[in-house]
Amino acid sequence: MADRTFAEAGADLELVGIHKRFPGFTAIEDLDLVIPAGSFFALLGPSGCGKTTTLRLVAGLEQPTAGRILIGGKDVTNVKSFKRPVNTVFQSYALFPHMTVLENVAFGLRRRRIDNPLVKAHEALRLVELDHLASRRPQQLSGGQQQRVALARAIVNRPALLLLDEPLGALDLKLRRQMQSELKTIQDEVGLTFLHVTHDQEEAMTMADTVAVMNKGEIEQMGAPEELYELPKTAFVANFLGQSNLFTGKVTSSSGNSIVVDVAGVKIEVPKDRAQRHTGDVTIGVRPEKLMLTTEAPKPTPGRNVLGPGRVMDVSFSGVSTQYLIAIPGIGPVSVFAQNMVFGPVVHEGAEVWVSWTVDHGFGLVDEPEAAPRFAPDADTAAIATQTRKDLLTEIEEA
Amino acid sequence: MAFAAFGSQGPAVEQAPRKRSWIAWVLLAPGLAYLALFFLTPFISLILTSLQAPVDFGDVGQFQPAFKIENYATVVSQYWPHFLRAFGYAIAATFFALIISYPLAYFIGVTARKWPLLQALMLTLVIAPFFISFLLRTLAWKQLMSDDTPLVQALKALTILPQDGHLTGTAFSVIFGLTYNFIPFMTLPIYTTLERLDTRYLEAGSDLYATPATTFWKITLPLSLPGIVSGTLLTFIPASGDFINASSSFLGSASTQMVGNVIETSFLELLNYPAAAALSVILMAIILVIVGVYVKRAGTEELL
Repeated sequence: MADRTFAEAGADLELVGIHKRFPGFTAIEDLDLVIPAGSFFALLGPSGCGKTTTLRLVAGLEQPTAGRILIGGKDVTNVKSFKRPVNTVFQSYALFPHMTVLENVAFGLRRRRIDNPLVKAHEALRLVELDHLASRRPQQLSGGQQQRVALARAIVNRPALLLLDEPLGALDLKLRRQMQSELKTIQDEVGLTFLHVTHDQEEAMTMADTVAVMNKGEIEQMGAPEELYELPKTAFVANFLGQSNLFTGKVTSSSGNSIVVDVAGVKIEVPKDRAQRHTGDVTIGVRPEKLMLTTEAPKPTPGRNVLGPGRVMDVSFSGVSTQYLIAIPGIGPVSVFAQNMVFGPVVHEGAEVWVSWTVDHGFGLVDEPEAAPRFAPDADTAAIATQTRKDLLTEIEEA
Repeated sequence: MAFAAFGSQGPAVEQAPRKRSWIAWVLLAPGLAYLALFFLTPFISLILTSLQAPVDFGDVGQFQPAFKIENYATVVSQYWPHFLRAFGYAIAATFFALIISYPLAYFIGVTARKWPLLQALMLTLVIAPFFISFLLRTLAWKQLMSDDTPLVQALKALTILPQDGHLTGTAFSVIFGLTYNFIPFMTLPIYTTLERLDTRYLEAGSDLYATPATTFWKITLPLSLPGIVSGTLLTFIPASGDFINASSSFLGSASTQMVGNVIETSFLELLNYPAAAALSVILMAIILVIVGVYVKRAGTEELL
């Protein structure tokens, strides 16, 4: 497969029943995944969820304990990494320190004996706007520049499948946005399949056609970004992808198109087609920006859920919007995002308020309430830090 | 305004912490004194000795200050085969030590990373021979390779060695001894560079279509070059001046004498100090030239 031609188009990737166990822990548990050719697929999850391992399995840098990997319909499970039509942009860049930037980019081309490697390498460097630094050594470049070289080094090979391991992590926000749109343009132009691994939900949503949210070695939910955001199916997805207000209660009645849930004595309606479970104890939720804040009790109207009264505990102004944290007795804190249509916040700490939302915006989760924590513990900073440390330790162990 | 801006910025950049301090000189003084006393002085003395002439009707070993540059021509014409032998043996020993040490260093530094205990054990084994005097170890090899030992008998039985052949006193045994004695000096520097080798570069190479062999030649080897350069220098320089392995009391014979042996005999037995000194100066000059060319070609200034 490492022949002398470029991939004409992206290839689809298929993972069938992948298991990956390391001594002491399981990184991936029974993963099935199909990524259609030419798509921009993002694997999103906290550190240690198995997304980088998935990427390494596809690249051929790890062997699955069980399962098969197919690229473009061909089984590559036992194909060595240097024979796979795959290139990776490594999180650590892994640029060869003893070669110039140009030689780094030309490395893959030379190995495949493609004509005019240097011309093509220059072209790729122009694409990432670094051609003027072609004769430098990688360590003479800034982190962001190194990342772009790593990108050029992978893209120049026109692989059927490009793997991106948090490739924009070291960039500042502005450059990050710029590279995001450049990546997207490159992907559109060349029609390659991109598999992008990231823990940045915003990056995943803006760039990818399809996002798969991964947690503890399994894919929790997969779909188009807006679908995933508007209709999360699990508490983990609801909290990892943006923020959610989650409530638990018993389904009291199920009438017509919606179910009614008793949340601490308040009846909350959720559309049936947006709820995963229709009976028993359920967890329901609503996105903070869907909530409306009023200082007077809203008139009960059909098709609207109302909570309140509650007290404003915290107001944080972030420019575009303001986040209010409202304590509602018996229910707990509820977070509300409000557009700043007027100057500054509309209510202040201590004010008595009601929140309401259209029934259509609510969603019901699959999780059992007791199994569904209010906030997924995996997503907090401390958990991520421990995970990262664990990852590092395993990495050291592996190496 | 603009000039004022330059004025305030310029000196700030140039006048970096460049405070001249007498403390630095005080700290340097012992080192400088040591070099002056124990390197520069003997070196000058050596050069002066190499130009001395025998005292007329004097005893053996009696010389007087002179400017007898012919001493150099004499020793070169007399001992050039010993120079050739010294550098030939040293190059061969360096080569074999490299061939043996690199895989060993790679195993300890890269493959054994998963097992720190094994790594420590192997490093200890590499250093362990230093606990015994190298004279003893070389003598032990002489015994092992002498004529009636099972080793030699076996080689003769297998007709690898002719019936009247010997192992000791040959070029083989001298190169063997040199290689053996300098393997730790080759292994340790290579180990230190390989130990720091980031295996993610190897993964990147594999990801970019390089076979394991290509990855080794294009990535691992160039990245371990600093270790190879210091290892080869640490082996080649002392090996070319060595006078133990090639001496007749150890692994050599009259036909394997290296320039080190000639210098030793001239100084200690023949008491021909000017000849010995001239040989030393020439040996030093040749090593300097060889090392200079080598380091320049290996491009280590950039790597170190």
